[in-house]
Amino acid sequence: MTALGILLVLVLLLVVFGLLFRLQILTSIFSGSSARDFGMSNRVNAVLMILFMVIGGAAFAWSFGDNFNKMNPPIASVHGHATERMFWTTMIIIGIVFVLTQVALFVYSYKYQHKEGRRAYFFPHNNKIEIIWTVIPAIVMAGLVFAGWKEWTRITGPAPKDSVVLEVMGKQFNWLVRYPGTDQKLGVVNYRLIDATNEFGFDLTDKSGLDDFIAGEIHVPKGHPVLLKIRSRDVLHAVYMPHFRVQMYAVPGMPTKFWFTPTKTTDEMRAQLGNPKFNYELACNQICGRGHFAMKLNIVVDEPDDYVAWYAQQKSFSEQNPDVLASFKQKEEKLVVKEAAAAVATPATKASL
Amino acid sequence: MAANLSTQVQGGVGVTEPGISHEEHLHHDDHHHDQHWLFKYVFSTDHKVIAKQFLITGIFWAILGGTLSSLFRLQLGWPEATMEWLTPVFGKWIEAGKLSPDFYLALVTMHGTIMVFFVLTAGLSGTFSNFLIPLQVGARDMASGFMNMLSYWFFFVSGIIMFSSMFIETGPASAGWTIYPPLSALPQAIPGSGMGMTMWLVSMALFIVSQLLGGVNYITTVINLRTRGMSMSKLPLTIWSFFLTAVLGLLSFPVLFSAALLLIFDRSFGTSFFLSDIYIAGQALNHTGGSPVLFQHLFWFLGHPEVYIVIMPAMGMVSEILATNARKPIFGYRAMIGSLLGISLLSFVVWAHHMFVTGMNPFLGSVFMFLTLIIAVPSAVKTFNWLATLWRGNIRFTTAMLFSIGFVSLFISGGLTGIILGNAALDIQMHNTYFVVAHFHLVMGSSAFFGLFAGVYHWFPKMFGRMMDEKLGYIHFWLTFIGVYLVFMPMHYVGIAGFPRRYYAWTGFDSFSQFADLNKFISIAAILAFFAQFVFIFNFFYSIFRGRRATENPWRSTTLEWTTPLHPGHGNWPGEIPAVYRWPYDYSKPGAEEDFIPQNVPFSKTQSSNLPYESEME
Repeated sequence: MTALGILLVLVLLLVVFGLLFRLQILTSIFSGSSARDFGMSNRVNAVLMILFMVIGGAAFAWSFGDNFNKMNPPIASVHGHATERMFWTTMIIIGIVFVLTQVALFVYSYKYQHKEGRRAYFFPHNNKIEIIWTVIPAIVMAGLVFAGWKEWTRITGPAPKDSVVLEVMGKQFNWLVRYPGTDQKLGVVNYRLIDATNEFGFDLTDKSGLDDFIAGEIHVPKGHPVLLKIRSRDVLHAVYMPHFRVQMYAVPGMPTKFWFTPTKTTDEMRAQLGNPKFNYELACNQICGRGHFAMKLNIVVDEPDDYVAWYAQQKSFSEQNPDVLASFKQKEEKLVVKEAAAAVATPATKASL
Repeated sequence: MAANLSTQVQGGVGVTEPGISHEEHLHHDDHHHDQHWLFKYVFSTDHKVIAKQFLITGIFWAILGGTLSSLFRLQLGWPEATMEWLTPVFGKWIEAGKLSPDFYLALVTMHGTIMVFFVLTAGLSGTFSNFLIPLQVGARDMASGFMNMLSYWFFFVSGIIMFSSMFIETGPASAGWTIYPPLSALPQAIPGSGMGMTMWLVSMALFIVSQLLGGVNYITTVINLRTRGMSMSKLPLTIWSFFLTAVLGLLSFPVLFSAALLLIFDRSFGTSFFLSDIYIAGQALNHTGGSPVLFQHLFWFLGHPEVYIVIMPAMGMVSEILATNARKPIFGYRAMIGSLLGISLLSFVVWAHHMFVTGMNPFLGSVFMFLTLIIAVPSAVKTFNWLATLWRGNIRFTTAMLFSIGFVSLFISGGLTGIILGNAALDIQMHNTYFVVAHFHLVMGSSAFFGLFAGVYHWFPKMFGRMMDEKLGYIHFWLTFIGVYLVFMPMHYVGIAGFPRRYYAWTGFDSFSQFADLNKFISIAAILAFFAQFVFIFNFFYSIFRGRRATENPWRSTTLEWTTPLHPGHGNWPGEIPAVYRWPYDYSKPGAEEDFIPQNVPFSKTQSSNLPYESEME
């Protein structure tokens, strides 16, 4: 009932507005102001152009300054400092172009507003000017491309040999983390072996997987290169770690990677920000379904000694899940028996071929 | 010689409308009065009627797309507020007084799909390519009026399917407008990937057919049906931009079609083009060997040219309107054509800049970064030329002119941040954040909308024989212009802070929770700017019936469409099609009586204003 009432009021308002509008037009025709209006409205719009530029520009400058500290996530990786510098350098360059072109646009609009009796300047083209404003942007772009390309190849280049390796796997809707254990080798996994306990799909017939351990959050040592091996087991996800300036998609069927060097421990960052609750966070940044917005994982940057201590405390997956290990042992034994049988059978098969 | 040429022109007309003799053309209006209204207004083959059909359908879709965005802005601005009051409309999509996250994703997906394809591709190109190409090149209609009609009706059916998909139980497609598989391929992953996605794909396939039918027509008409004297170097920039837009569409839409087809195969017939090694909903799927990145390549091979398909018609119309209302030739006509050609060519080799961090080989990233930043050069040239066109002009602020100036301003603001996103090293941090959202909403979303508005205000008198109300136009422009900046400038801050897009709420993250106020502000501005559009809607429909009567050439413009009668019939010119002698930008030529010389005035009649070499021409 109320909805109907609101609708009725809206319709009535619309009708009143329409009638007022009609009335305004009719009076303006009778008073003859519609003919004079052109000059007046032209001046008003020209002035509004300048007002928009001045007030809008000031509001933009103020709000940008006001929010500047909030909009910069603190940097905690080596390459992050380089890209941040490049980002703000580029921002300054485009900022200058922004101001020059916008000011020209609004000032010209105001300055060259219609004046009775004046004629526009017939100026169809000028090749010299065209060449100048083609070449200058081209040079600036070349500089930016070169700087960007150098940084990009450095960031995406091969990870140092001594990097700490860990695997991050995305699934709907959380992240799973796996470390290679004492042998520093990630064991073989197979998506067909995944179930509620064996979430990674460990193939424990592979011996290098026996010491792999799963962690509830990411731990990495400060000042040491870290290589993230990234996978997904269902749909696309993206590993996004804004404080480290790290982002890479997690693609089912195609492992990806990204390496970086953290520069500040979590404690150091907490002290720097004066926020004892601060945590480095990993967010999913590629739409993956209903829980996309809640796919969070905490990252802890430790002092190298603490990291080693933490690493040593972790229990391997196989140790924590003896029944899974046992089932693989069983399978393996069956397989051995089968293979033996197959070996016996082989000469016969060959013969039959 | 002249007589010979004019018979050739009539021959050309015969090609357009076989079976209609010259005699009948003279009585064109009478001829069409006999037509059944169904064929005159609904299944019409007249390009002007089809253009209006595209425009009005586009307006419908724009209102819908805008409404969807207001809904998700409510969620983003007030993540804690109750949405119980929406339950009567949305039923089960409101869960415990909140938008369901699935519904949120459906909203952003449909908003993107509707705005990019149905409004800014079909609504913009469909309206103005159809309306202006025959009128400005001097043709009686499109090369094939029938195909042109089919183009609209394929679009209509595609729209019906997309619209219906919003009312099915599992909801419409919800995997983002880019529909990346595996999310879009697996109904287990999100309910929208069931029936909703199937309907999305079918709708899009029909949409592509519509685009191709339209595109072939535009290209053929521009190449074959130009009137006598209308060489390619005398075409208005509108026609150049529509022409190149059609070429882009013709070359890129089939690739989207192939991507959609392969996705249909993966979804329904068990193939593995895009799927591999997936364990979902407690089950390991049999798909192996496919690549989700392959889909992204196919998608963006259309997707990137698509943003130019959206923006180039707007560029063309803005060039035309700026020159007309500054009463000055467009500066650097040939450079403008050259930059359009450059943009068209380059737009095909930059697609992978959407994919720097998707796991694509980083070497490819370097190549695409290089190519992407080159495309900034022709865009810069266009901007400088627009500014130079205003310089020392004699500017009349018609509503169309205001929107054109607004277009340039938004294009600069949005275009410049593209230089950051095109840089692979910087894109690592900015990819898929609100910085990207702000960038493309300014440079292709709002700018293209401004081009669309400028076009409607400017060509309304030709479409309906009446003028739109200028005062309401001014109010509409200033509210929209201010609104757009209030929405998208602060959005950059949110983006630099790393806020990911397509997030239902950011409150779960400490890193992303510091801008609650700013998000509220953006939401308020967005909803107000959306409501300001109803000023336009009112003005548009009111003026169709009650607007001030137009004169034949209200803007004192030079191009051919203004030489037609106030209400051109099917066939456009009652008599012979005018011949063209000069370029379309003879505004304020020194020595001329008026401050404009239409294209159909021969040089022999303008001795006083001719440049030395022109006096020898016809």
